[in-house]
Amino acid sequence: MRQLSVDIGSHRVIDQLDVSFAAGSLSAIVGANGSGKTTLLRTITGLLTPTTGSVTIEAGTRRDLGYLPQRSEVDRSFPITVHDFVASGLWSRCGSWRCLSAQQRSAIDRALIQAGLRDRQRCLIGSLSGGQFQRMVFARLTLQDPGAILLDEPFNAVDGRTVGIMLDTIARWHSQGRTIIVVSHDLPLALHHFPQTLLLNGTASCYGATRDILSPSRLADTRAKPAAGAADIPAVGIA
Amino acid sequence: MLELLAGPFLEFGFMRRALAGCIVVTLGAVPTGVFLLLRRMSLIGDVMAHAILPGVAAGYLLAGFSILAMTVGGLLAGAAVALAAGFVARKTALKEDASLASFYLISLALGVALISIKGGGRDLLHVLFGNIFALDDGTLMLLGSITSATLLTFAVIYRPLVLECVDSAYLGVLGRAGALAHYALLMLVVLNLVAGFNALGTLLAVGMIILPAAIASFWCQSLAGMLATGLAVAVAGSYLGLLLSFHADLPGGPAIILTLGGAYFVSILCGSVSGLLMPRKSTAPIPES
Repeated sequence: MRQLSVDIGSHRVIDQLDVSFAAGSLSAIVGANGSGKTTLLRTITGLLTPTTGSVTIEAGTRRDLGYLPQRSEVDRSFPITVHDFVASGLWSRCGSWRCLSAQQRSAIDRALIQAGLRDRQRCLIGSLSGGQFQRMVFARLTLQDPGAILLDEPFNAVDGRTVGIMLDTIARWHSQGRTIIVVSHDLPLALHHFPQTLLLNGTASCYGATRDILSPSRLADTRAKPAAGAADIPAVGIA
Repeated sequence: MLELLAGPFLEFGFMRRALAGCIVVTLGAVPTGVFLLLRRMSLIGDVMAHAILPGVAAGYLLAGFSILAMTVGGLLAGAAVALAAGFVARKTALKEDASLASFYLISLALGVALISIKGGGRDLLHVLFGNIFALDDGTLMLLGSITSATLLTFAVIYRPLVLECVDSAYLGVLGRAGALAHYALLMLVVLNLVAGFNALGTLLAVGMIILPAAIASFWCQSLAGMLATGLAVAVAGSYLGLLLSFHADLPGGPAIILTLGGAYFVSILCGSVSGLLMPRKSTAPIPES
């Protein structure tokens, strides 16, 4: 990303951001509410257009992106079965017309088994719990097989077991050489599972190794001094 | 008894034509309505019903009582309002619902004004509430063509439309299919309203789109179930409505919509999915501990 700025209405959400996520890297995006984490992901996917600057995706197109929006963006009351939802991961290959090949059917089956949802595949998505739902969306991403994966708050309001399954899946994707970017509120989790971190904080945003960006002492520092406004992260520039 | 139920249709050609017209309209209107309902866009149908009126009126002014001229006019006006309202909502601070509401009020006023320039109150009533007992061959062919086009379009956009309804961000990343499906659905709404207005009039046509879908949502949870139930309800409603109209000497369109309305109230009370008299089944997801 070069000199990226994004306005929503008259409000500048992202200001002059320069970041480059290396191919095959595993990064977390952290930042206070309203610091532009979701906006950044939506800009990378092309759902939002930057006001200035540009997003370049090397070696591939936007169609090679897997994007997991926050859960609230999915209409969970729509009558679609778990199986069909997961199968929609094959959209790029099947489109509006093509039938599923036997190979694709077994891929769907495998993804459902991995997510622990095989016995629920005929249920409507509205009947799933929060954890099951999130595992289902991960199964769709697995099936979609994208080169780069963007996840927006995937760990929000899910149980510990599901977080474990999701972290395992992310680790597997990482080992397959995919580029992964995850927005998360959970700083300890970012510290333990993500080698790189982007801290979004207005013009003082910074990107680097997670242990530098979120050093334990600095985290402790922030917790001791909530005076940094509504921010739940350090409001200082990082060396 | 048989005389009561089948007699009017055996005896009178206009009753058979009315029934055929209703069934044809139903085939296109019900799937359109089910998707509108699931997308929470039910009111859009109502808005578009008003929006086609000035086009119909303009056709009437230019060519007299010609079904073709009024249909083309209605199509153009409906498409124009749908696109204009969407455009205003995207480019200004006004939300799409407020923008649509403004457009349809203006359209309604314009339509009524245009019709009253030329015709008397009788023509106005005909356009607003339709005359199902006056369907001629040409009109039936027109309805059949619109329904065929609708069903073919649904065959093409079914997958992207479902995905767009469930998770529009997912399709938005992968291309334009979702947005195209959305606009195609809006166009189908206009098309089916225009078909419906020939049978039920501009104001009641929307009833054939929304009511069967709303009734079906009380009885079925799956998409296929809703589509099938909606169709069955709409066909049964048309038949019973026409009988009611014949025996009680009521106008056809209102009789059909009232019959569907009766089914709707029964569904509110007894519907197996969320009817008021049914034992509460929690549809909320069970939280995992």
